[in-house]
Amino acid sequence: MTAAALDTQPLNAGLLGDDERRHRLAMFGLSVPAMLLVALVLLVPFSWLAWLSLFDASGALSAENYARLLRPAYVNSFVSTLEVAALVTGVCILLGYPVAYLLSQLPKRAAQILLVFVILPFWTSVLVRTYAWLVLLQREGIINTWLKQLGLISESLPLVNNLTGTVIGMVHVMLPFLILPLYASMRAIDPVYLRAAANCGASPAQAFRQVFLPLSAPGLGAGAALTFVLCLGFYLTPALLGGGRVAMWSTQIADAVAKFANWGAASALSVALLVVTGLILWLMKWGVRRLGTSLGER
Amino acid sequence: MLSRAASSTQITHGQRLWLYGLVALVMAFLVIPCLIIIPLSFSDSQYLEFPPRGWSLRWYEAFFTSHEWLRSAVVSLKVACSTTILATVLGTLASYGLHKRAGNLDPIVRGALMLPMMVPLIFVAIGAFFVYSRLDLNNTLTGLVLAHTTLAIPFVIIAVSNGLASFDANQERAARSLGASPLRAFLTVTLPQIRISVISGMLFAFVTSFDEVVVSLFISSGATSTLTKRMFANIRDQVDPTVAAISSMLVVLSIVVLIAAQFVRRDGVKATDNR
Repeated sequence: MTAAALDTQPLNAGLLGDDERRHRLAMFGLSVPAMLLVALVLLVPFSWLAWLSLFDASGALSAENYARLLRPAYVNSFVSTLEVAALVTGVCILLGYPVAYLLSQLPKRAAQILLVFVILPFWTSVLVRTYAWLVLLQREGIINTWLKQLGLISESLPLVNNLTGTVIGMVHVMLPFLILPLYASMRAIDPVYLRAAANCGASPAQAFRQVFLPLSAPGLGAGAALTFVLCLGFYLTPALLGGGRVAMWSTQIADAVAKFANWGAASALSVALLVVTGLILWLMKWGVRRLGTSLGER
Repeated sequence: MLSRAASSTQITHGQRLWLYGLVALVMAFLVIPCLIIIPLSFSDSQYLEFPPRGWSLRWYEAFFTSHEWLRSAVVSLKVACSTTILATVLGTLASYGLHKRAGNLDPIVRGALMLPMMVPLIFVAIGAFFVYSRLDLNNTLTGLVLAHTTLAIPFVIIAVSNGLASFDANQERAARSLGASPLRAFLTVTLPQIRISVISGMLFAFVTSFDEVVVSLFISSGATSTLTKRMFANIRDQVDPTVAAISSMLVVLSIVVLIAAQFVRRDGVKATDNR
């Protein structure tokens, strides 16, 4: 660029602006193919189904499909979905928090090696793991056989084809989703705070309760929210380990389509699930942010 | 040892024994179901016991001599390979575009592209089934590849965006000012430097497609059944230890992919160190 060109910059500002716009358009164009695919497989059919859910069988505008959601069978499945999600999230917190805590206190190298134990299930197919649980938990399965051989029980425990099996399988799937982000957030807590607490005379338990626990709360909240929301959409595990006794939201949607070809019901169920999921995510985000700021202010 | 301080709060290892025990139990809970299937698959009986009473390869033989199983394994492999290529290309393009543009629509575009990872799989399943029935794409490999690519794109975008975030864009500008076309600058300067992220995106895409069950349940059947769809039906309807043999091979595959991912990353770290 010559000095003259620099002097005349205001004159070609329009051209530069065009260039900028063209560049932006080209860059936008790069994400169009991926967008088209997501639109084809997810956005278009979902909007279409949501639109269809507003009409009854005769094609008239009605809330029939949504009124149907108030039937006991559906209401029960909503309640049991929320219960299962809450139960699984609770168990994941109880099991996952200590693991993330210990890993965050270990030297980085040791923690990385132990993290393989968390990442391996993460990479293993959910179907394979669910099958393994079926083999472990069934009536004549490995766990019942062992317990009988040890003389701890005389009758096989009903561990699968019910809520117990579903929760065990789901906890196994969800635990890495809680541990990994929680571990990352605990790593970010400066150990200086704990040392300071110890210096001020706090016992290890006090330092943990009054310093570490509140500092890890935002990470825990975010992880728990993710776990809870992902639980709401589970299909595979309840379908295989629930033995038809655990009616989850997703299994109801699948049944509405596959067994009854009832698209109206399936769409209304999906819309309701989406709304509830969005609402919970929004509430949790809001809660976590508030928690974060209130801790920051202290 | 046990009375030594374990952390800066002066708690000793002895006082923390219960924590070590608990964590060991949770780790066992996480890993055992992934691994126990391997010894079980060499059992010679219809009933899977641990440890198996007798050993044999009959369930592997059952798999490799079954036309049905092999056909679905081929379907899964074909779909997973095509998905890997398509998702890596589309995902890399999209994350590059999103990285460069920084316009007002970016968060919306990014959010939309992340959706397949966040919504329940059953949405994608019935959505694809619904729209495919109008496009005659149900029970086709094309349909499977398109659906799996949609599911894999978010993982590729996350991986590649990570790579781009730590890439120094001035290098690409230098190439451009030396006369390279945008495509050439990307292929010869940017891509080689973000290759680690692209490869880990590819691994994610492959695993996403190969392990996918719920969507395949709806949009594939008969000759286009994927391996996982056939396994699902088999697990639900009968107890056939052939599934144990297939599961073991899938576990070994995941371990190989996991090691590959670690290896690629370490290699990447080394490459950065040398610079």
